[in-house]
Amino acid sequence: MLKRTRQMALGALAGAAMLALASGPSFAQNEQFIPANGYWVGPYAPGGSGFFGGVIDYFQMLNTRDGGINGVKLTWEKCETEYNNARGVECYERSKKKGPTGATVVHPLSTGITYSLIEKGTADKIPLISMGYGRTDAADGRVFPYVFPLITTYWSQNTAKIKFIGTKEGGMDKLKGKKIVNIYHDSAYGKETIPVLDVQAKKYGFTVTHIAVPHPGNEQQAQWLQVRQIKPDWVILRGWGVMNPTALKAAARAGFPRNKIVGVWWSGAEEDVIPAGDAAKGYIAAGFNLPGTNFPVMQEILKQVYKNGKGEMEDDSRIGSIYHTRGVVAGIITAEAIRTAQGKYGKKPITGEQMRWGIENLNINDARLKQLGAVGLMQALKVSCMDHEGGGAVKFLQWNGKKWNVITDWIASDQSIVRPMIEQSAAAYAKEKGITPRDCSKES
Amino acid sequence: MLYREAGQFKATYVEDQQIFPIRQDRIAFAILLAVAFLVVPLVGNQYWLSAILTPFLVASLATIGLNILTGYAGQLSLGTAAFMAVGAFMAYNFELRMPWMPILGSFALAGLCAAAVGMVFGLPSLRIKGFYLAVATLACQFFVLWALQRIGWFTNYSTSGVITAQKIVILGYAVVTPASKYLLTLSVVAVMALLAKNLMRSQTGRAFMAVRDMDVAAEVIGIRMMRTKLLAFAISSFYCGVAGALYAFCYLGTVEPEAFNLDISFRILFMVIVGGVGSILGSFLGAGFITLLPIFLNLVSGWIRHTFGVELDHAMLSNLELIIFGGLIIFFLIVEPLGLARLWQIGKEKLRLWPFPH
Amino acid sequence: MNWQFFLEVLAGGLLAGVMYALVALGFVLIYKASGVFNFAQGAMVFFAALTFVSLVERGMNFWIALLATLAVMIGLGIAIERAVLRPLVNQPPITLFMATIGLTFVLEGLSQLIWGSQPHGLELGIPDEPMQWLSESANINISQFDLFAALVAGILVAVLALFFQKTRIGRALRAVADDHQAALAVGIPLRQIWAIVWAVAGFVALVAGLMWGARNGVQYALTFIALKALPVLILGGFESVAGAIVGGLIIGASEKLAEVYLGPFVGGGLESWFPYVLALLFLLVRPEGLFGEKHIDRV
Repeated sequence: MLKRTRQMALGALAGAAMLALASGPSFAQNEQFIPANGYWVGPYAPGGSGFFGGVIDYFQMLNTRDGGINGVKLTWEKCETEYNNARGVECYERSKKKGPTGATVVHPLSTGITYSLIEKGTADKIPLISMGYGRTDAADGRVFPYVFPLITTYWSQNTAKIKFIGTKEGGMDKLKGKKIVNIYHDSAYGKETIPVLDVQAKKYGFTVTHIAVPHPGNEQQAQWLQVRQIKPDWVILRGWGVMNPTALKAAARAGFPRNKIVGVWWSGAEEDVIPAGDAAKGYIAAGFNLPGTNFPVMQEILKQVYKNGKGEMEDDSRIGSIYHTRGVVAGIITAEAIRTAQGKYGKKPITGEQMRWGIENLNINDARLKQLGAVGLMQALKVSCMDHEGGGAVKFLQWNGKKWNVITDWIASDQSIVRPMIEQSAAAYAKEKGITPRDCSKES
Repeated sequence: MLYREAGQFKATYVEDQQIFPIRQDRIAFAILLAVAFLVVPLVGNQYWLSAILTPFLVASLATIGLNILTGYAGQLSLGTAAFMAVGAFMAYNFELRMPWMPILGSFALAGLCAAAVGMVFGLPSLRIKGFYLAVATLACQFFVLWALQRIGWFTNYSTSGVITAQKIVILGYAVVTPASKYLLTLSVVAVMALLAKNLMRSQTGRAFMAVRDMDVAAEVIGIRMMRTKLLAFAISSFYCGVAGALYAFCYLGTVEPEAFNLDISFRILFMVIVGGVGSILGSFLGAGFITLLPIFLNLVSGWIRHTFGVELDHAMLSNLELIIFGGLIIFFLIVEPLGLARLWQIGKEKLRLWPFPH
Repeated sequence: MNWQFFLEVLAGGLLAGVMYALVALGFVLIYKASGVFNFAQGAMVFFAALTFVSLVERGMNFWIALLATLAVMIGLGIAIERAVLRPLVNQPPITLFMATIGLTFVLEGLSQLIWGSQPHGLELGIPDEPMQWLSESANINISQFDLFAALVAGILVAVLALFFQKTRIGRALRAVADDHQAALAVGIPLRQIWAIVWAVAGFVALVAGLMWGARNGVQYALTFIALKALPVLILGGFESVAGAIVGGLIIGASEKLAEVYLGPFVGGGLESWFPYVLALLFLLVRPEGLFGEKHIDRV
């Protein structure tokens, strides 16, 4: 009996394997394929499902309303990376040859996976957009032609954060002698802002203490006791996943005021504060996209997509949440870059190489933002060969226990600090890898 | 019919003790190697070579490493990923600081570093065993990752603590294409697997097994406990270290210490158990099963969606994949606790008699 | 040396240790009765807390939801015994261990499949804030919630102790833990006992899930707290309820003290490995843990 089941199970497995490998999805010729390699399970599922929900909702809206981009339909396929490097690379390899022109562009949505894909993407001529994460020095497009840390990098947002703290203190000169604690997730992602904070500490004369929180960060008593001992004026929170609500809870336990904690955008979604309950009230986080459904583009998505029951977000309350609109912003950028590339290479499916040109020459100005119905949702963006970041400004949001309220206008980053560091770091990378940086004056 | 050993006579002990005593096995093995080395790189597409076969081979090597420790010497370890991390980061540093070093030399030295770390963290095994030891090896897992994050030297003072593997050049030939990376991995894995197979048939291997089966008895018959256990940790970690170096150089390219997290350790242990404890062949089978199963489930769900046109919710599918993955593991443990290697053996026994079952 | 601060760190550490011990208890129960190192305990905590919080969010009364979740956890315990443990009787411990890891995947997938992967807040009505009078009079911050958690842990241990010492089932459990064969021989139904143990472990998982969920929110990361419980286990011994509590206190206090006083010198973050190394060093002196049973090997 046991033997029979065993044989049947093995047979079924083998049979299914044959079928699965023999047939793949087919794509029509006039389509533009964009892989959706994200995560829908595990500890970071809210981020992955929200972000790609937004991207796909926007694409779906374009397909329904305009029939795609200039008649080229957008297609996508989800692949589960589980926020895991190896799975991410496998998804990338699987998706890169799909569609009539292969993967157009990849959003890895994980700093670790971005690192693993930089060389692969460059070799395969598939651009990577790491919007608000990934390798900061990739903003130097001369060394990293295929990598685009668009809108704002970790270093840029960090200078904006210090500016914000400066305005709260009544001027940058008031920062002298102030104490700031940087609580960071002990990983490549978390450590990224340490050097830029040190540089600013020297420049403005405040002291900064870096306190590491080991992964996953579900116990932070010791860290916040240290904060209590240091008695800083401000705490910068650089968390991810469960580390964020735990930090807010621990801050409450240590009696540290929440309105003196400033988080990065990966610490600033609804999912990061709701689990902390009342302890999160007053907490401030940076954001390069704003939540809400009042923007015309969001209304359009509701009308074209959700009315027809095609929306990605199962839970209606997540429509217009931070992660969802971040995905919509990513969708807008991707679609606009495709449009830009089509302007040069013709209204047909473009290749990854052509997409690279499209992103590098992307220019979403205020007028275009208005046409898109995204004024206020995101900032204007102009990318160039030298500058693969484009925007750099952030707004600050405060959690009132129910929703995020915008408390500032766009605060620009301080490129006089960031840019030299980026160039230095990129040059070191170029030297280590033997890359000759491009000459941007020769790019068209 | 074809698989019959009648008429194959062994006249010497050497013949009787070879790895494949049956001629058909030798032929099959030679064909397998030939296919793996010659046919696969020619016909395999990029996706298969770089995203499936290379990580599978790397995982197999790490599994062999853990199998030497757990399967042969009976010491349970959950620190496999840490040894892999040591291998990856040290190989990077050898290449960085001694650019003249041939890549295989760096791999070997990185393996030795991992072996040294393994011996240090193997010391507790002299006092403790079983799950106590397993949990104790977690100390290694967390400590090593922490040290790699913390000590700038390991990552050449990179601000974010990641390393980017150097280009591999062997005798002036740059290993860049997926096929060449696959071949490099395959060669290293094949040679090391063969070495492991032979080592386990030697006196050392027998000493390991004696320690596994009953350590007190092994000590009574004159096996030096400390030397044997530490040697098991050293050899095992060496294999894991080389696997880690291959993982970084031939697969991921750029790695952060987090890439070698506890999850990897568990996965490797899975491969050992599912494949077969104390079997080199089982290491390959287990690695294949665990690496391919999630991808395969993912492909099947995609296939179902496209064939039947049902728009299944992706999150639901991903969760179902998790459930099926866990369920299949339990299922396999129940139907064949000795692992896939045992199934293979049963199959072979059957084949010997086929088509006359008696 | 600032003694007030030292006391605060120590108290915080001890109370954090209680939280670890809550999770460790579930491991101990199952190991004691069936010799299985149940790695799925973390997933069970997640499953229990998520089920409870989802029921409450769907408008169910707090106590009814609690009972319903308890029923689910008991059902789960029985199902696990049927589907996983029974077919694996007499297998080596490592096979059983791997089976529980497989079970972890199943439980994680199942809970997210049923209830989704969004994080939830959980409010038990006990404010997680420092007690006013203490922080004003002695400048020491101790959260009410921590004291509440310690109280719950105390009650839980007392109830378990009573259950083991005074009830028929409890005595049978201890007999099984001592010797499976002998217990069977005197007519103790082994399988039922195992189902009961897993159900009790499910109950402990529910309590731990509520405590941890109220503290950090109910989300997938709850499964990670198993990692916090492991050093507690090797320190206290796999088979000892008292060991889980004492081990938890030692681990909690020492890791906080190490992080606060040693951390700054080595760049911090040593909490991830310090408890393991501590437990390891301890094991070198006493290989069977604080309260573990001594095993003698005979040839």
